[in-house]
Amino acid sequence: MSSAKPKVALFVTCLVDLFRPSAAFAAVTLLEAAGCTVDAPQSQTCCGQPAYNSGDKADAMALAVQTIRALMDYEYVVVPSGSCAAMIRHHYPDLMAGDAELAAQARALAAKTYELTQFLHDVMHYKPDAAASGNITYHDACSGLRELGVQAQPRALLQSPILENDDGETCCGFGGTFCVKYTDVSTAIADKKLDKFSATGATIVTGGDLGCLMHLAGRAARRGMDLQFRHVAEILAGDIQTPAIAGPEK
Amino acid sequence: MQRRPAAFNANAKEALLDADLQRALGAAEAGFGVKRRKAITGLPEFDALCDQATAIKDHVLDHLDIYLERFETQVFASGGMVHWCEDAEQARQIILKLCQSVNAKMVTKGKSMVSEEIGLNPFLEANTIHPVETDLGEYIIQLADEPPSHIIGPALHKTKDQVSALFHEHHPAIGYPDRLEEGEALVGEARAILRQKYLQADVGITGANFLIAETGSTVIVTNEGNGDMTQIFPRMHIVIASIEKIVPTLEDAATLLRVLARSATGQEMSVYTTFSTGPKRRNDADGPEQFHVVLLDNGRSELLGGSQRDILRCIRCGACMNNCPVYMAAGGHAYGATYMGPMGSVLTPNLTGLKQAQALPFASSFCGKCESVCPMRIPLPRLMRELRSDAHAARITPVRERFWLALWSWVAQRPELYHALTRIGLGVLRLLGRGRGRFRWLPLAGGWTATRDFPAPQGKSFMAQWAKQKRPGA
Repeated sequence: MSSAKPKVALFVTCLVDLFRPSAAFAAVTLLEAAGCTVDAPQSQTCCGQPAYNSGDKADAMALAVQTIRALMDYEYVVVPSGSCAAMIRHHYPDLMAGDAELAAQARALAAKTYELTQFLHDVMHYKPDAAASGNITYHDACSGLRELGVQAQPRALLQSPILENDDGETCCGFGGTFCVKYTDVSTAIADKKLDKFSATGATIVTGGDLGCLMHLAGRAARRGMDLQFRHVAEILAGDIQTPAIAGPEK
Repeated sequence: MQRRPAAFNANAKEALLDADLQRALGAAEAGFGVKRRKAITGLPEFDALCDQATAIKDHVLDHLDIYLERFETQVFASGGMVHWCEDAEQARQIILKLCQSVNAKMVTKGKSMVSEEIGLNPFLEANTIHPVETDLGEYIIQLADEPPSHIIGPALHKTKDQVSALFHEHHPAIGYPDRLEEGEALVGEARAILRQKYLQADVGITGANFLIAETGSTVIVTNEGNGDMTQIFPRMHIVIASIEKIVPTLEDAATLLRVLARSATGQEMSVYTTFSTGPKRRNDADGPEQFHVVLLDNGRSELLGGSQRDILRCIRCGACMNNCPVYMAAGGHAYGATYMGPMGSVLTPNLTGLKQAQALPFASSFCGKCESVCPMRIPLPRLMRELRSDAHAARITPVRERFWLALWSWVAQRPELYHALTRIGLGVLRLLGRGRGRFRWLPLAGGWTATRDFPAPQGKSFMAQWAKQKRPGA
């Protein structure tokens, strides 16, 4: 690494952009604290994962091309979501396999794209000044866990004992459009997960993927459960003033 | 519960309200998970074995014709017959003809998913041949007149109390008047009834976990020994198996057996592993007089050259469904097809046509756990995603879903318009929300808000705030 500050593009992800800007600002704070300069290029929108997983390859490719062009000139791309990061790292090269030039660009982008905690821990060797406080449990979102191997990094960054549930590698039932297409199954899966979280004695559920957190928080609120949901970037950046996801009804 | 894949969502809703089913699934999920993990931790070379097993099957699929012919030659050499069947109808007809050739009135059956696939039992019944399932789970669901809900645990959806009631409904008429409650007693009663059947049967029909080209042997694994008695006592043994069950050598079968039971039930080996080679020989003490292998294609050979080929590596261990959150919520009957869970969501559309089964490849959150536990390294999410693409391209996915997706993608491909429209959308939500942290209901969001509150956005989008000041208050 050169002595100059690494130039990082934040790929915000559509959910964080629209519903939880505080997580993106927390990510910026963390990246700067880790010694990076951060930009969030305006030409970014959605990574194309909803189209890709719904079978719409043409639109997924168009969005992938747009995203590649928006991000390709940066030294690193950091994403506050394991699922969108995995889309870029694993699925863009597959999607572009039919076009040599685009495939090369996709591979180049994939090689420098990281999930936020993965980047902070593995690349920047960053360590927050203070350990997170509170009774925290962590939700390992599936794409980050299985496609990127994100599991130890957020725990190392949080530096406080995590109240682990006994079924940590099982899905929460979100699954993108799956959660509205098969609402009842998705909700039943969420209920199992929420009961596991409750059983840990945790009061805060954190994780790296806003989709899962919104789904879990929305279900927990409907059930009247006493759990707070926060993106891991906010906890690492010490932002506990912002109301939790799906926080107070009024 | 409807027997068609298109009813997956309605079936799943029904399943979620079935307390007995949910109890049965809960017990299965916990049991399977722990046992598999324990078996695999106990075998450090498990991953290497999976790679080897995968390579064996890939090799077979590259040379399927050669190995199938070698298998046929060896079966013939050991005194048996091979019957090639393109589809289910041909297989049913051949089996009927074989049964009729020995004037069969009753046949005993070992567990076979291929027999389910071709609808053999109702067909035999319609032709006045009575099939008796001898695997305990299969016996239970035959009494209940239900299809299997799991490929290795056909009655996994039933609680012990339900089995007790079912036996008490059917068994008094055949001389067992008492209602039994204990598992061991229930098994004992079924065993006593089935013992008679083995001796009375004219034909024994089993499936095959593997077909061995080098020796012409067929292999079954069971935990009850029912397969052995099914095939040894009657005059005729019919094996029904699909073409991809072939492996080159005994050695290869041994490799696959080492990953099969561990992945399935968490056992090192099944209690019985039975190799059958031809009929009874002159000096054998027992065995069938005739040995027939019915080889079923039923659409599989068409997958050989295509992008779905990997599903043909499947050895039917069930690990994908045991580890599938969707299967464990909805149960196997919700899939409305012979094969269920992730492997079924791939295989069913490939065998029966995507049009009727397009709901199944979408019945996954793409959590990827199935792929991570599959001993045959089948990329199940990728195969399901490809089927989704095919369904999208054929325009057989629901119109409403296509519309919203197309609209989102169209807008997202125009960043300036996207940022302008999301600004308006967030403004509307802000007005609707009036400071609330969540919505109990939102127009057009019923799929979410039916069961979940919808988290309210915090205010302006990050991109809008970033463009304006790069940082709040900076």
